[in-house]
Amino acid sequence: MSRLSESLASGKFTVTGEIGPPKGINIEPALHEAEEYLKGRVVAVNVTDIQTAVMRFGSMATCHLLLDRGIEPIFQMVCRDRNRLALQSDLLSAAGLGIENVLALTGDHILMGDHKEAKPVYDLDVIGLLQAMVKLEQGTDLGCDSKGRPNKLDGAPKFFKGCCVTPCADEVEPQIIKLEKKVAAGAQFVQTQAVYDPKAFGEFMKKVSHIKVPILVGIVVLKNAGMAKYMNANVPGVNVPKKLIDRLAAANKGEEYKVSIKIAGELIREMKGMCQGAHIMTLGWDKYVPDILAEAGL
Amino acid sequence: MIVAERKPLEDILKYVSGRKKVLVLGCGGCVSVCLTGGEKEAEILASELRIALGKAGHKPDISVRTVTRQCDREFNETVRREIAGADAVLTMACGAGVQLLSGMFEDAEIFPAMNTTFLGANVAPGTWEENCRGCGQCMLAETAGICPIARCSKGLINGTCGGTKDGKCEVSKDMDCAWYLIYRRLKARGRLDLLMTVRPPVNWARSSAGVKRTMTRKELA
Ligand code: SF4
Ligand code: SF4
Repeated sequence: MSRLSESLASGKFTVTGEIGPPKGINIEPALHEAEEYLKGRVVAVNVTDIQTAVMRFGSMATCHLLLDRGIEPIFQMVCRDRNRLALQSDLLSAAGLGIENVLALTGDHILMGDHKEAKPVYDLDVIGLLQAMVKLEQGTDLGCDSKGRPNKLDGAPKFFKGCCVTPCADEVEPQIIKLEKKVAAGAQFVQTQAVYDPKAFGEFMKKVSHIKVPILVGIVVLKNAGMAKYMNANVPGVNVPKKLIDRLAAANKGEEYKVSIKIAGELIREMKGMCQGAHIMTLGWDKYVPDILAEAGL
Repeated sequence: MIVAERKPLEDILKYVSGRKKVLVLGCGGCVSVCLTGGEKEAEILASELRIALGKAGHKPDISVRTVTRQCDREFNETVRREIAGADAVLTMACGAGVQLLSGMFEDAEIFPAMNTTFLGANVAPGTWEENCRGCGQCMLAETAGICPIARCSKGLINGTCGGTKDGKCEVSKDMDCAWYLIYRRLKARGRLDLLMTVRPPVNWARSSAGVKRTMTRKELA
């Protein structure tokens, strides 16, 4: 059984990490980072799926390689690049490789990436992808035979199904409605978009108190003031408060990382009591995860 | 209506190079309403061709006709003689018109002068916007009259992705997020229940992503 689901079920504050596969086959550094800095410190590690539509090494293969090293993966799956046949087939393949945790995502649009002329798929939306997982678990799939009867699987998989939400979206009600639908469609855990405002997050958590699935708050490590400003201008649903930007800007040259670690740790500490876990996204700075956890008092 | 844009002159010149008798055939249907392929635009294209070809030392005979609708056989019949007399026909109809003509006049050399783009409406003076993808199972009743297939960049059917910022879609600050608009309108009408309904996956077999679709009405056949 997935350790992630066990940890969340036990009520323990659960931390997950994340790695992004490389553009190319040089996967070793990413695996090394996970083994060196995440293994034993986080319960599971997300592997992004062709993140921001920039073509790269695959999520499923990376998940499998993590498993080989004793690290539990969370297989991220976006709806952008595969139709329902390929999605379901990949879900079966993932299960066959021992991958249990799957995070269903819509996926950034192709125009955000490096193959702008590609054909976007979005055959299923994220609700459909979650429904597909549930069907597979029930031993059937989204299709049917010529008489309209559900197809039967020779061996059904079992997943721990996740989804995401943007707690600080400028219009949060549609986010909450969609989250309710994702949970109704089968989502069992939630990892959020980056949060930098504990007060706003607290309000969001009150609004979703009727949704009975564990929520892991998203922590994207701010590397410097420039990155924070960039995110404010360009990343939907992300609001880095000015006081955090000022702290990063005031850091001594070469020592910004210390402030980054402190901010990430503080955020987790402040929000620990509001939710069931934290999902730390370092964007390549996994080496600071131990320090962030220490700062967070975990 | 069907919206189409005229191809750049350089592209059209390639079709007619070396031809002696060119017929520019405008269409009085959609392309005339979106001001790209009607009578006036056909005349303009003919003049542009005369000038460009003239500069290159060619003086082909270029004539212009416009039919009511090129997607109807009976109207195309009215130019049968002109088509037979031309060694290149440049049609300014949408792709459907081009194909009906090519099918009716198999010996003629018929070239598209247009890039057919979308099914849309004239939303502001001089602006046409795509708003239907012909999915074959219209859901506008549930989405406050705003099409998520055509107007959400990802064609999502169950509500917004995380990409909305200030009401705009993640792909462009100039594009409204369809699901933001749907949410706003449903909320104003007190019909958020429609947004809350889980919609099953789309049957794309009935859409343009499936096999070619045909509509037959027996009473008219
Ligand atoms: S729902 Fe389908 S038929 Fe209706 S406007 Fe959208 S694409 Fe066209
Ligand atoms: S931002 Fe809005 S319109 Fe754009 S893809 Fe997301 S839901 Fe669709």
